[in-house]
Amino acid sequence: MFIPFAKKSALVGLLVASAVAQPVLAADEYKLGLVTFLSGGAAGPFGVPAQNAANLLLETLNEGALPAPYNAKGINGRTIKPIYVDEAGGATKQSSEYRNLVERQGVDAVVGYISSGDCLAVPAVAEELKTLTVLFDCGTPRVFEDNSFKYVFRTGPTTTMDSVAASYYIKDIFPNLNAVSGINQNYSFGHESWADFYGSLKGLQADIDVPTKQFPKIYAGQYGAEISALMVNSADVIHSSFWGGDMEAFLLQGAARGLFEDQTALLTTGESAMYRLSDQIPEGTILGGRGPFGIYAPDNALNRWFRDAYSKRFGTQPTYPAYKMVQGILGLKLATEQAAAKVSGQPTTEDVVSAFEYLEYEGPGGKVSMNMGKGHQASMEMVYGRYALKDGKPAVTDVRRYAAECVNPSDDMPANEWIEKGMPGAKCN
Amino acid sequence: MKLVIAMLMDGVIYASWLFVIAAGLTLIYGVMRILNMAHGSFYAIGAYGGASLVGFYLAGGYPPWGAYFMLLGAALIGGTVVGLLIERGLLRMMYGRDEVVMILVTYAILLILEDVIKLIWGVDAYFAYQPYTLLGRTKLAGLSFANYDILLIFVSALICFVLWWGLNRTRKGKLLQAVIHDRDTAAFLGINVTRMFTVTFVIGAVLGALAGALTAPGISVMPGIGVEVIILAFAVVVIGGLGSVGGALLGALIVGLARSAAVHLYPDAELFVIYGVMGLVLAFRPQGLFAIATARKI
Repeated sequence: MFIPFAKKSALVGLLVASAVAQPVLAADEYKLGLVTFLSGGAAGPFGVPAQNAANLLLETLNEGALPAPYNAKGINGRTIKPIYVDEAGGATKQSSEYRNLVERQGVDAVVGYISSGDCLAVPAVAEELKTLTVLFDCGTPRVFEDNSFKYVFRTGPTTTMDSVAASYYIKDIFPNLNAVSGINQNYSFGHESWADFYGSLKGLQADIDVPTKQFPKIYAGQYGAEISALMVNSADVIHSSFWGGDMEAFLLQGAARGLFEDQTALLTTGESAMYRLSDQIPEGTILGGRGPFGIYAPDNALNRWFRDAYSKRFGTQPTYPAYKMVQGILGLKLATEQAAAKVSGQPTTEDVVSAFEYLEYEGPGGKVSMNMGKGHQASMEMVYGRYALKDGKPAVTDVRRYAAECVNPSDDMPANEWIEKGMPGAKCN
Repeated sequence: MKLVIAMLMDGVIYASWLFVIAAGLTLIYGVMRILNMAHGSFYAIGAYGGASLVGFYLAGGYPPWGAYFMLLGAALIGGTVVGLLIERGLLRMMYGRDEVVMILVTYAILLILEDVIKLIWGVDAYFAYQPYTLLGRTKLAGLSFANYDILLIFVSALICFVLWWGLNRTRKGKLLQAVIHDRDTAAFLGINVTRMFTVTFVIGAVLGALAGALTAPGISVMPGIGVEVIILAFAVVVIGGLGSVGGALLGALIVGLARSAAVHLYPDAELFVIYGVMGLVLAFRPQGLFAIATARKI
């Protein structure tokens, strides 16, 4: 078919213009894949608070209204466009979803993953697709102990420090400690938490007694028999890494039967329930927040902004998954902007990777040091305290902080080996 | 002694809870030959409805004991509405299909209802713990048990008695038994089988919702709770024999006591023991303990 020269020129011009316009538009926008539980049992306690925090943060970042050093708009001047994916469905589904995010949606980076199973599965795909990925919440130390990744970072601390700090804390609070029991979920997180806790406690007190350790099925909901077993085999402290609905059900059922009147509960994720069940948590219960988050977060400008803005928007205080999501996105932003400062134009993924390795930055939970896992794994201080009602409002007392160097292994030693050897090199105050 | 009492009480309380869930499931199967996967959703609707109604009620400053009626009301309303909608709106068009097809249909309903629940209640947890703590606790051999849990044993026994009495001592129950034995002959003799199906399905749905409503005060009501219990309920009815109310009671007792013994004596086996018992029963009596093996009609 004959096309007149003028028409042909116009058509070619349009095609060229559209081809040129496309990258300009993309360059203005930073597509960020955000993966968190939006359905299932982990959505309420973790996924949705994390999503809420991400929405709030991205809006504020895009306005350039965050306190310094995060006051530049978006990420390196590019408006952040979030693309959410539901984390429910298991590791195989998440690997496929990750591919979709990168290959079909064309995201610049992915921040996500609460489940340790997903955190163990997704990095291999991230490496294959050479896409910057920030794991924000999952806890298993095995992610960087068993592997070495270039494009994957984890800005949240591991479960090791929850458990090690918990053992230090109960030794500090109960000098005459004789026995601890455990109730943890029957999957990797529960078993790892108990093994690390018991291992580190054994290192601190060799003759510690364990009257019973229970591993009910995750989402079991009914803990009558376990509570009786804990009553029959009484201990000074009951360790539990239960989270979400399981922890809340255990608290409700245990409190109704008086379980916590003679024994103190140590809930490593208890901070996430302290506002929801404020009149049901027995006073004196030891609460952890998977790091210096929530009520344990320091009084800095970023935290003040975050708590104020979050509680105004959502009508409740932010809990630790919300903090960890903010921490993950801020780490990505800072690394990208530091990389950009060294190059002209937008930095490549490799530039950002270099800037992210061994990065130190302030989040709403305080100092984050990417000094483990060859610069890809964060370490932070760990905090525990005891639940108390002050003027009818939930609060914590007997708060103790443990430095990151005290509760995390050195970079060259896997956590379980470090604990087994009696935590050599731990620098505690 | 303390250990034996703990094992028995925990086993019986757990069995009571299981029986309330399984009773509706086995009733529907017995009459309609539908292995109803959506039963888990009835449980979840009862739990969410119960938690919401109790929340509204107590927020109004009414006497706390009225919260128990809210739980019952939630089960009755939720079970009846959802049961009727599903049976009249969908299942009646599928009667006569293969049992496997019906499992797939009810599984689809389960998935749809899970999303409906999410649309109505969101993903945040709901609490209605006041009825759980209000009744106090009782000490037995030095161990405290929540009176609410003890009450559950009596509620479960009452449900079992009402079902037995209704099926064996009433005219409607005898008509229903005729439908159970041979629906074609029953229809030929003038029994309105379609109405029997509707009534049975609604009763089963109300029982499922009642189980959820009664459970709500002791748990965090959150997405996915229905999916978790349906597997347990299947184990119970398979052990007892599909379609047998007495079998569901026995299955619940076996599972409850076995699990309780495992938790107290060998906690590592807690997860295995339920399905271990089920495997053992099926190895020797594939039709379950109470069901009678029957020839299949071709």
